[in-house]
Amino acid sequence: MNNLIRLTEHGPERVNEDLWTLALTGEEPADGPRILSLTAWLQCQPESVLSGQEPSADAVCLQPDDEAERLQPYLAVLPLIAVLFPSFRDGRGYSQAYLLRTRIGWTGELRAVGDVLRDQLSHMRQCGFDAFAVREDKSAEDAIKGLNGMSVLYGRSAIEPRPLFRRRASEC
Amino acid sequence: MYHYDEYDRALVAERVAQFRDQISRRLSGELSEEEFLPLRLQNGLYLQRHAYMLRVAIPYGTLSADQLRALASVARDFDRGYGHFTTRQNIQFNWIELEQVGDILARLAAVDMHAIQTSGNCVRNISTDAFAGVAADEVLDPRPLAEILRQWSTINPEFLYLPRKFKIALCSASEDRAAVMMHDIGLYLYRDAADEMLFDVMVGGGLGRTPILSQPIRRALPWQHLLSYVEAVLRVYNRHGRRDNKYKARIKILVKALGIDAFAREVEAEWQHIKDGPAELTRAEYERVAASFRPPSYPPQPAVDLEFGSALARDAGFARWVQRNTHAHKQPGYVSVTLSTKPGADMPPGDVTAEQMEQVALMADRFGFGEIRVAHEQNLVLPDVAKADLYALWQQACEFGLATANIGLLTDVIACPGGDYCSLANAKSIPVAQAIQQRFADLELLQDLGEISLNISGCMNACGHHHIGNIGILGVDKNGSEWYQLTIGGAQGKLSALGKVIGPAFSAEDVPEVIAQLAEVYREQRQGTERFVDTVARVGLAPFKARVYPAQEVRA
Ligand code: HEM
Ligand code: SF4
Repeated sequence: MNNLIRLTEHGPERVNEDLWTLALTGEEPADGPRILSLTAWLQCQPESVLSGQEPSADAVCLQPDDEAERLQPYLAVLPLIAVLFPSFRDGRGYSQAYLLRTRIGWTGELRAVGDVLRDQLSHMRQCGFDAFAVREDKSAEDAIKGLNGMSVLYGRSAIEPRPLFRRRASEC
Repeated sequence: MYHYDEYDRALVAERVAQFRDQISRRLSGELSEEEFLPLRLQNGLYLQRHAYMLRVAIPYGTLSADQLRALASVARDFDRGYGHFTTRQNIQFNWIELEQVGDILARLAAVDMHAIQTSGNCVRNISTDAFAGVAADEVLDPRPLAEILRQWSTINPEFLYLPRKFKIALCSASEDRAAVMMHDIGLYLYRDAADEMLFDVMVGGGLGRTPILSQPIRRALPWQHLLSYVEAVLRVYNRHGRRDNKYKARIKILVKALGIDAFAREVEAEWQHIKDGPAELTRAEYERVAASFRPPSYPPQPAVDLEFGSALARDAGFARWVQRNTHAHKQPGYVSVTLSTKPGADMPPGDVTAEQMEQVALMADRFGFGEIRVAHEQNLVLPDVAKADLYALWQQACEFGLATANIGLLTDVIACPGGDYCSLANAKSIPVAQAIQQRFADLELLQDLGEISLNISGCMNACGHHHIGNIGILGVDKNGSEWYQLTIGGAQGKLSALGKVIGPAFSAEDVPEVIAQLAEVYREQRQGTERFVDTVARVGLAPFKARVYPAQEVRA
C-alpha cells in the first residue's frame, strides 16, 4: 500500500515500500502478501493456521459489520489487522480498534484503511491504530499533521487508559 | 459555576486553532464540502437557507454575566444584533460568515465558551433543569455530574462518528423540567436512604419522524458508574446502531428493534467488561467539580418584607409577573426569575437582542450573583434573586421587553426557526407563533386558560418538540404550500406523552382561530382547576374535533 504512515519509536514515519495489498474482493492483483476480508481469510487458511500452529501469510481486514471478537482465536497467527473505514463518517472502526487493543489483546500492527483522512487520524491513534493508510488522493505528508490532535484528552483511550481525572489526581 | 482550569482552556484554544485551520483548508479547496461537513457540524456550524448558523454550547444552560456579554458582542459584531436560544439550552447565531468563525470562536474562548459538538453525530450538549442547584423541589444538584459528563463526552475519540446525534439530559427535582424522556439517554438522579447518589437510567427517547419516549434501562445505578455505564450504552450503539438510513439511525430505533430487554442485556454484557475500571468516578473528582457549584453566600433576608408585600398589593402587573415568572427557591427570601423571551408579535420566541443580553447581564450582576440560565422553553432565568429586589428587577425587565408575565401559558411558545431560516423546513414557524401570540394577547384570557404548552416545528425533525406540547403544531408541505397539522394531549416531564393528531391540517391563516376554538372547548369542559392537558386526557379528542371540524367539511 502506498501513502502509509506508521507510528514508530521515533514518531510517525511515512512508509513507501509497504508490501501489503488490500484484497477485499479477492480479485485484486497482488505481488506480495494480501489483506483479506474476514470471511475470505477464514476460508483460505490451512488447518495448521486456524489451529494456531503456524503463522498466517495473509492479514485480515475487519469491515464495519464484523465483530472484532471473532479474531480472538487467531491473534497469535495474524501478521497484521486492518480495519476498514468505508466512509470516514462510519465510526464503527473506532470501537473495533478500541476493543482489539483493550479487550481482545492485539499488540501487532493495527492499520486503518479506506477513507482515512487527516482530520480523523488523531482519533484513530487514540483508539489504538498505529498505522494509517491515508486515502490515495490525499497527501500523507499533510496527513501526518493531523496525528497529534489535541494535547488534552478528558476521557480515556486505548493509548491513555486513565481518564484525565485520574491523571490529574496523580500529579499532585 | 464551573471554572475552567488550564486543561479546559488548552483544549478550547487548541480547538479554535484546529478549526481555523480546517476552515482555511476548506476555503482553499483542500477539503471538499463532503469532508468538511462533519468537521463543521462538530464545531456547531450549519448551512442554512441564507447563511451559516453557528450554535454555541451553553453547558447545561449555565452562563456567567461576562459570557452573556460575550454572546451579545458576537450578536452585534458578527450577526444582525440578536441570537436565538434553543430548547437544548444553547444559542444560535443565524447570519454567520464562514471566514469569521475563527474569530468568533476565539472571542468565545476568551470567556471559556465554545461550539464543540453542538451538532453532528456525536454526544451533544448535556442539558438539565434551568433551576438546577436552586429549585425548592430539587433532591440534589445535577450540575457537577453534568459537567463531569460534559468533559468525558468532549472529543471522546471513540464516539465522534456515531450513527446519529446523541443527546443526554439529567434532572434531580420532583418535577422534570429538562424533557429527560425525549433524550437518547435520560438520567434521573436521587439519593437513597444512606444518602448515596443513584441514577435511574432511561434510554431510547427522541422525537423526529418516529417520536418515542425513553424507557428505563437500569434503576438505582450508583453514581460512580455514571461514565462506565454511559460508555457501555454508547459502545453498543456505535457498534450496532443502523447506519444505512439516517431516519432510522437514532438509538431509539435500535432499542425498539431489539426490545428494551435485549438491548439492556447487550449493555449489561458490555458494562461488565469496563465496570470498576479506570472510568469509575472518584469521590475526589466529584468533590473537585462540585466545589465549583457551591451556592453563593446568600445575604439573609427578612422573614417578612413589607415593601415587597406592598408592591404586590399596589401593582397588579407586578403581582401577576411574580406569580407567573418566579420559581420557588431553596433559600428562604429568594426566588428564581424567568425572563420571558416571548413578548408576542415583536420578537420570535427565543430571540434575544444584543442589547437585551447586555441588560440581562447587568441584572444578573446587580440582582443575581452574576449568573444566568437558559431554560428548555427558550427563556432566560436569573436563578438567585432576593424577593426584596424583585420590584427593581421587574421594572428593568419591563423596560427591555423581558417581563411578559406568560411563563407556562399559551403564549410561552416553543418554536423552531422554521422556514424563515431552515433549509429543511416544510413551513414557517415564527409567523404562526406570532399570530397565535397576537390572538392571545389579552392577559386576562391567557391567565384564565392557565398552563398550556404550545410547541411548533417547521418539519418532521421536531426541533420545536411539537409531539410533547399540550398543543403541537407541525408544518407540513402539501403540493408546495405550507399547512399545519395539530396534535393535542402531549406533555413533557415525568408524565411525558405524545400528542395525538386531531385531523387534517390547516392553513397558516386558520391556525390562531383553531387554537382559540380548542381553548374554548377546554373552558367549557374543564372541571375545577383541571389543566388543559388533564381535560384532554379525560374527555379525549372528540369534543375538540367536533368544534374544529364542524360537519366534517372536506378540506384540501
Ligand atoms: C435551523 C437550523 C436547524 C437545523 C438544520 C436542525 C436540524 C435538525 C434535524 C435534522 C433534527 C432531527 C434529527 C434526528 O431526528 O435524527 C433535529 C432535531 C432536533 N433539533 Fe434541530 N435543527 C435546527 C435548529 C434547531 C433549533 C433552533 C432548536 C431548538 C429550538 C433545535 C432543537 C432540536 C432538538 C431538541 C432536536 C431533537 C428532537 C429529537 O429528539 O428528535 N434545532 N434538528
Ligand atoms: S423542525 Fe425542521 S424546520 Fe424546524 S428547525 Fe428543525 S429541521 Fe428546521
